[in-house]
Amino acid sequence: MDVIESALRQGLGADAIIFALAAIGLNVHFGYTGLLNFGQAGFMAMAGYGLAATVSTFGLPFFVGILVGLGATVVFALLLGVPTLRLRADYLAIVTIAAAEIVRLTVGSVTLKDWFGGRDGLQAFTGTFRDLNPFSERTGFGWLTYRAYDAWVILVGWGLVVLRCLIVWALMRSPWGRVLKSIREDEDAVRSLGKNVYGYKMQSLIIGGLIGSLAGFMTALRQAATNPDDYFTEVTFFAYTVLILGGAARVLGPVVGSILFWFLINLLGGFFTWATRGDDPLMPTWLMTSNQASLVRFIIMGLALMLLMIYRPQGILGDRKELALDAR
Amino acid sequence: MPADTPIADFDRHAEIKQALSDVEHEPGAKKPDPILVADNVVRRFGGLTAVDVDHVEVQRGAITALIGPNGAGKTTFFNLLTGFDRPDTGSWHFNDKSVSGVPAYKVARRGMVRTFQLTKVLSRLTVIENMRLGATEQRGEQLVSCMIPGLWRTQEKANTERADALLERFKLDAKREDFAGSLSGGQRKLLEMARALMVDPELVMLDEPMAGVNPALKQSLLGHVKSLRGDGKTVLFVEHDMDMVRDISDWVVVMAQGRIIAEGPPTAIMGDQRVIDAYLGAHHDAPMTQEEEERQLAEVAEAIEAELGEPGTTSEETSS
Ligand SMILES: Nc1ncnc2c1ncn2[C@@H]1O[C@H](COP(=O)(O)OP(=O)(O)O)[C@@H](O)[C@H]1O
Ligand SMILES: [Mg+2]
Repeated sequence: MDVIESALRQGLGADAIIFALAAIGLNVHFGYTGLLNFGQAGFMAMAGYGLAATVSTFGLPFFVGILVGLGATVVFALLLGVPTLRLRADYLAIVTIAAAEIVRLTVGSVTLKDWFGGRDGLQAFTGTFRDLNPFSERTGFGWLTYRAYDAWVILVGWGLVVLRCLIVWALMRSPWGRVLKSIREDEDAVRSLGKNVYGYKMQSLIIGGLIGSLAGFMTALRQAATNPDDYFTEVTFFAYTVLILGGAARVLGPVVGSILFWFLINLLGGFFTWATRGDDPLMPTWLMTSNQASLVRFIIMGLALMLLMIYRPQGILGDRKELALDAR
Repeated sequence: MPADTPIADFDRHAEIKQALSDVEHEPGAKKPDPILVADNVVRRFGGLTAVDVDHVEVQRGAITALIGPNGAGKTTFFNLLTGFDRPDTGSWHFNDKSVSGVPAYKVARRGMVRTFQLTKVLSRLTVIENMRLGATEQRGEQLVSCMIPGLWRTQEKANTERADALLERFKLDAKREDFAGSLSGGQRKLLEMARALMVDPELVMLDEPMAGVNPALKQSLLGHVKSLRGDGKTVLFVEHDMDMVRDISDWVVVMAQGRIIAEGPPTAIMGDQRVIDAYLGAHHDAPMTQEEEERQLAEVAEAIEAELGEPGTTSEETSS
């Protein structure tokens, strides 16, 4: 039972929030507009480091840090979009993946250690956020409780997720959203009808990036520190996994995907740890030792994702009929 | 088909016939009231000169057919005129304003809208959503106002009514809520044409609108194109179907190997030796019979198919 409880706690915890936000951003890019952004981790880093450096390096207020983070994200989107959005879709993919790595290596570099703290990252920027915390002790419902600070992070985080979902829903049911979806289907057709495709793609890139930047803020806040390793390219790929799992081009796809992903991965991890524990473990040692338990969960998860792609390629919330049309 | 052709079209048709009656039957002939004028348009792909047009004018309000063998450069010329491709040299004017170098979406906004030889429907949008996209100057397509439905609901409703009327006219109303990706090839052609009309263009440019449309629908599509003339629109279309060209066009422009080799009313063009040579190959010197023509057209259709299968190959050999 402990295993399930703990997995649920994680499934509704900060990781799930961060990846839900990152994936909601990718959903705007990829799910609705068809833009292949492989640099979501870079957008997150711009925000996380924008906030942390403003507060901890330059001693400015917390909310100035948030504005700097958002501004940095927009600048990043423009830098990526201006040269690539007129070109074929794959160029954006290549440029974003490289740009995200450049950001990660830059904030981790020795030369800029005074600003970004190098490999050690930055701390001491969450004062204001902590002061706003209404909880003073462990909080939650029944057995589902979190430490005071975590509860605050989670409350704010889910609030942001709900708000972003509402915004994406409002955008995508409007004629503006119809233009984005049409660009995903065939951008020349959209051009031939008098729409400025480049402008719409840029708007999509910025909006999805800004949603991703919230994931960057949450990453920095939940551990009260930033570290270059939090913004590895893997983060982007996990966010894509979450998106595909839940169902792309569905408002709630990223949220369902993220909760399920973190619940399952922790459930598997918890189960294998429990099954290989002690002197006489449930699992024979020739099959698996306690050291291997945390790795096996990724193998099983990968297998599950493969099966999902074979039997339900549209994800949990997707529409199979719609996906089949893709083949044309 | 008098039922399909409004009275307005008969009047227009007579007017246009009259206007074009004094025009020379020569490549680059001056028209009394041109809506589109192109000069020295050249487009090369490596060593191949795909388009090399000295001068051409399109008469306002007329239905002009652009014909020519496969690989003649018709689609490339369309792409250049509508801003989907850039020429090596050349300039062209629409309504006396230069549109050379203008991006494709602005060309469309000026009132010059094209369809594509390889149909471009938005597969995972419904038919009606495809249509709504065509409407211009939508308030709901702007980033901020789109969040407030009150600002665009009325406009959306008006656009939907217009879209429904067009769908009915093109006999697609039964497919209204279906994904466009589920339509047949011919229905896609119809949808693309109807969607282009949502832009309310002055000049409609159709690239092979009849390809893949079944014979029953063809008749009504002919009626639609004629009714565009009745509405006062100008039509420029690329077509391989000679019956259609003969039936509906007021003027025919013939392209071969990138150049315009002949112009004239359909009856004059069908008998022009230069055209027969270019279109059917120089070896063909017997007068065209119905069966012969159909056989040749089948060959052309096959050649298109082959080209679609292997985009890398050109069809220069077959046409020269
Ligand atoms: N993007 C391209 N690259 C290279 N060659 C091309 C390209 N587009 C068209 N062509 C060549 O230009 C010529 C004209 O083609 P096209 O305009 O499609 O002819 P049409 O529409 O009259 O059949 C053909 O020989 C074709 O192979
Ligand atoms: Mg063509």
